[in-house]
Amino acid sequence: MIRVEGLTKVYRMDGVTVEALRGVDLTVAPREFVAVIGPSGSGKSTLMNIIGCLDVPTTGKYWLNGREVSLLSDNQLAEVRNRQIGFVFQSFNLLPRLSALENVERPLIYRGVGRKERLERARAALERVGLEGRMLHKPTQLSGGQQQRVAIARALVGDPVLILADEPTGSLDSASGRDVMSLLKELHAQGRTIMLITHEPEVARQAQRQVRIHDGRLVGDEGGKAS
Amino acid sequence: MNLLQAMRLALGAIWSNKLRSFLTMLGVIIGVFAVVALVSLGQGATSRVTEQVQGMGSNLITLYIRGRGPLSSLTYDEAMDLAARSGVRAVAPVVNGQVTVKYGNQSASTTLEGTTPDYPSVRSYNIEWGRFLAPVDIQNRQKVAVLGADVVETLFAGTNPLGREIRIDGTAFTVVGVLEKKGTSMGGSNDDKVIIPVSTAQRLLRDAGVRTVYIQAESPEAVNQVVAGLEAVMQRRFRDEDAYRVFNQAEILDTVSQVTGTLTLMLGGIAGISLLVGGIGIMNIMLVSVTERTREIGITKALGAKKRDILWQFLVESAVISSLGGLVGLLLGYGLVRTISKFTGLTAVFSPQVVAVAVLFSLFVGVFFGIYPANKAANLNPIEALRAE
Ligand SMILES: Nc1ncnc2c1ncn2[C@@H]1O[C@H](COP(=O)(O)OP(=O)(O)O)[C@@H](O)[C@H]1O
Ligand SMILES: [Mg+2]
Repeated sequence: MIRVEGLTKVYRMDGVTVEALRGVDLTVAPREFVAVIGPSGSGKSTLMNIIGCLDVPTTGKYWLNGREVSLLSDNQLAEVRNRQIGFVFQSFNLLPRLSALENVERPLIYRGVGRKERLERARAALERVGLEGRMLHKPTQLSGGQQQRVAIARALVGDPVLILADEPTGSLDSASGRDVMSLLKELHAQGRTIMLITHEPEVARQAQRQVRIHDGRLVGDEGGKAS
Repeated sequence: MNLLQAMRLALGAIWSNKLRSFLTMLGVIIGVFAVVALVSLGQGATSRVTEQVQGMGSNLITLYIRGRGPLSSLTYDEAMDLAARSGVRAVAPVVNGQVTVKYGNQSASTTLEGTTPDYPSVRSYNIEWGRFLAPVDIQNRQKVAVLGADVVETLFAGTNPLGREIRIDGTAFTVVGVLEKKGTSMGGSNDDKVIIPVSTAQRLLRDAGVRTVYIQAESPEAVNQVVAGLEAVMQRRFRDEDAYRVFNQAEILDTVSQVTGTLTLMLGGIAGISLLVGGIGIMNIMLVSVTERTREIGITKALGAKKRDILWQFLVESAVISSLGGLVGLLLGYGLVRTISKFTGLTAVFSPQVVAVAVLFSLFVGVFFGIYPANKAANLNPIEALRAE
């Protein structure tokens, strides 16, 4: 599903260089539920952005479903993000002016799905995360937990094979965090590949496999089928 | 993402920022409004002047004699001989001067024209009451007069002047007719004049010379030939190009429409500049809005929006703002033009070309000034955009 080799990422800002990734090799099998755990600043988000085709590595190779990502054009990358990947962010990243339904519908707009089907699927996704009563609410009218569930509905509406969640519980109280985690577990049970990023060990423990990252390097890998 | 979908997203964005969208539109509204109103009024002026020039008489050629030395005019017979030239339908020689006309204790200073029975047809005058001069009036030097509408107004104040006796520079004349009102045109009022037989006028003014001849050509095509012939005859007669002037209506029309055309273009151009300023306003706001929505753009990129989707969305947004502004400006311009022509004498022509140009130009302004901001949005790096506040 995912294979990266010798991934490095160097940021240059005002003459200062930061090595966010220093050679990461990782393979994730289809239907795996992987948690990437590491302290703040260890390069977790950088890794996820590269795996999510939002960013490109400085060096190293990345295959997604057997396709080498560095060979893809901007348009093809957008298509990959649209069809194969669903993102869940720590800060929810909902579009503030749109209702929950319109937010969830968005990925399907870019896919060119017709209006009727879009709305049906967006409604189904919102029902799936238990927000059937909040479809027309704006993000500001929802609690943090509800907003994150809208974001999850948006991530799964396009039926992607891979869900990337970057500290999805990081901004939530523990009860909402548990809801989000159980949703992710359900999605995994339905056959999706899930990559969860966190710095909290008790969150990471809920995944099948834990990959430990420190200072841009993988320093541990437990519970995986490979190990 | 198709155009319809892009339009929906754009309308959503415009609607969610109503006040700002309206203020942005205002620049275009004012620009299009100014273009439409000024050009319509300009075209109205052009068509009105054209009408007036044509109202001077159809296929009219005017010959003015300034003379040279002692030869300062044509004789009546010389003038009448011009009628025999090919292409000429009729001529009306005019002997004129300033006179004082009196009726009772009312008096008016006006223009006296001594002419022949063909005058009304050559100059496109209609007779309101009574009759015009007849051939016998000319032969017998009758002291009869036909009055212009303004003179009737001044001397008779609405009462019937037919059959009344007026005094022209002290000589008694009987009023036999009144000309229909024609309004002012090039060269002043057409209604402030008194017309008497040419023979009578030569006596009254103690001047036998004809200095103005109105000539009607048989057809518009004949005009140039007649003009050339006239010039040849006059050249032979006076041997001096400055001794006479031949005016041809078509030429006057050309000059007039050139002048008013330039004026219209200039007004339109000035108004166009305000449209341009409106366009720059759109660009400014779109740039601000791209900066403000950087994070949103990052999110949509993460959701799989292609560059082209984002480009479309912003471009359609600025095009919609601009064309909506154009439409509103058009309606306001139309309203103003209608109101003006209703309450003043000004005519305005609201031509389909103006409408088309205004709408297309405002659309163009929207697209042109939207390209840069839209391109900027489309090319944002998704990660950096997502990090923006
Ligand atoms: N766009 C960037 N420009 C400069 N430095 C960056 C950028 N993104 C991340 N970094 C740096 O790279 C390192 C790893 O960051 P990140 O992957 O966000 O860590 P994590 O998500 O594990 O907290 C940090 O030191 C961070 O400051
Ligand atoms: Mg992070």
